[in-house]
Amino acid sequence: MKPEYQRVAYYPGCALEGTGHAYNQSTRAVGKALGLKLDEVKNWNCCGAMEVKNKDPKVQTYLSSRVMSIAANEMGAKVVMAPCNGCYHNLKKAEYDLAHDAASREVVDRISQKAGHATYTAGQVETIHALDWIKDGIGEDELKRRVKNALSGLKVANYYGCMYTRPRHIFPEKDRGAGSESTSKPHFMDDLLAAAGAENVDFPLKTACCGGAHVLSDSDTSTKLVLNILRAAEAAGADVIATECPTCHSGLEMHQVRAEKVLGQKTRVKMLYFTQLLGIALGLSPRSVSVHENVSDALGALKEKGLA
Amino acid sequence: MPIHEQSLIRPENLKTHDKLVLDGVDVSGHWSTFIEPRVVTDYNERIEEEIAALPGGEHVHRCWQCGSCTNSCTVHAVNPDFNPRYWIYLIRMGMESELLRDKDIIWQCVSCNKCTYACPRDVFPEGVMKATSHWLALKGHTPKSKSMIFDEEFTAQVVQTGKIEEGRVIRGFFAKTGQPLLQDWLIEMAKRVARRLPFRLGILMGLAAIFRPRTRGWGKAREAITEYVEAQESRQRKALGLEDKP
Repeated sequence: MKPEYQRVAYYPGCALEGTGHAYNQSTRAVGKALGLKLDEVKNWNCCGAMEVKNKDPKVQTYLSSRVMSIAANEMGAKVVMAPCNGCYHNLKKAEYDLAHDAASREVVDRISQKAGHATYTAGQVETIHALDWIKDGIGEDELKRRVKNALSGLKVANYYGCMYTRPRHIFPEKDRGAGSESTSKPHFMDDLLAAAGAENVDFPLKTACCGGAHVLSDSDTSTKLVLNILRAAEAAGADVIATECPTCHSGLEMHQVRAEKVLGQKTRVKMLYFTQLLGIALGLSPRSVSVHENVSDALGALKEKGLA
Repeated sequence: MPIHEQSLIRPENLKTHDKLVLDGVDVSGHWSTFIEPRVVTDYNERIEEEIAALPGGEHVHRCWQCGSCTNSCTVHAVNPDFNPRYWIYLIRMGMESELLRDKDIIWQCVSCNKCTYACPRDVFPEGVMKATSHWLALKGHTPKSKSMIFDEEFTAQVVQTGKIEEGRVIRGFFAKTGQPLLQDWLIEMAKRVARRLPFRLGILMGLAAIFRPRTRGWGKAREAITEYVEAQESRQRKALGLEDKP
């Protein structure tokens, strides 16, 4: 348990103000229900996502560093929590580069000075994912005590995607033995949902790629990759796929529809953010965790199990 | 899993005679198969250096050809022609014409970083794929890939306002790549969303599209980033032996 996780600087990121709106809503609702406090990073900017990195990696490092600089220097925060895998990954990557690469430090310092804010120095804040926030801010035992509507009978495939665990070097706290997250077989989401009463299925594609980087620019490849994930989840017996990334989540939803319309391949598994599932387990209404915003009929899946 | 090998024999260079008798011996069919030899004369020894000068390609020289990248590759699993190990080999050997045979698929790397995770030499193959597709476009071997156009649209908006609005990025991307926004599956998705979406949220999303989300006081950051990016682009073009301005 880490008490410093109970009040964190919150970096929602661009996707959570758009397609990932439901993830934002449900993250805030779950935080409130669990008594975990969020202070939104003031006047934040885009972390650079994958697109800016492809254009120039150091611009992405600067963009991410600005977010951490505001959290550290203007808000006095020690911990920044980002629920989006892309944001989380980028902040971690910027942290690593600023700690290890003098050229990155030089560029970030130069742009920060010209932009008129304090340069972020590696080590000022710790960046965590929403999974770490709940897992180490509340813990499974306490979560279990607060469950009012256990997700019993709901079979869940936990899907973590790429950016949460790869590449390994930017996540020095992972793969540290008992209690730490694993980069090859991540389990934090499994742990939390098990505490909420769900039945986690043995899902082999936890860290497979959904093709999110090319969700629109190479849709055929993305559809194939997504279909593979959806089929594997169904073969494992899952009713729903729990997600923890807005890009993965909308990628799975979009390409489930695309596979159906373009390839005639229909799959029935439904997608929910893990925060939506936790919210339901904590007794929140489906509406308050925005289940109605999901493209797949997630509400139907919950109703079928008597959870909504 | 085995290391995925790329055969250097081109299928069109395999010759077989269906009917052939030599000195009274019938060697029809596969008995007469031979490989037409080919000689590579167009080594371009600068490729490795040029790719190393582009972001992501810096560590290409570290590769010792173990094949872990191709072995773990997401795209290789759906298209066996997608072979990062082989391309890194060609880059290091300077075999430009061989590399150009695959020029239209290299951009399809999905940046899942499985290769980077698996690589024992810290080559960062994902970065090498990005550097290579930039190299291909900068040298004029390929048009800008759709992925690159998407990256540019996205980056331009971030640099402009500090944030992105997804709808705007998508519209810009579709317009620049000449794709209709009204594709069957996109319409179907919009329908499914609209079915359950409350009226109020629809209005909020519409407002976000009109009043663009932006970071306050972003002007100086925009200037500093633009200045940096221009200097980088000019440096990269010089490293590739290109004119300063396209």
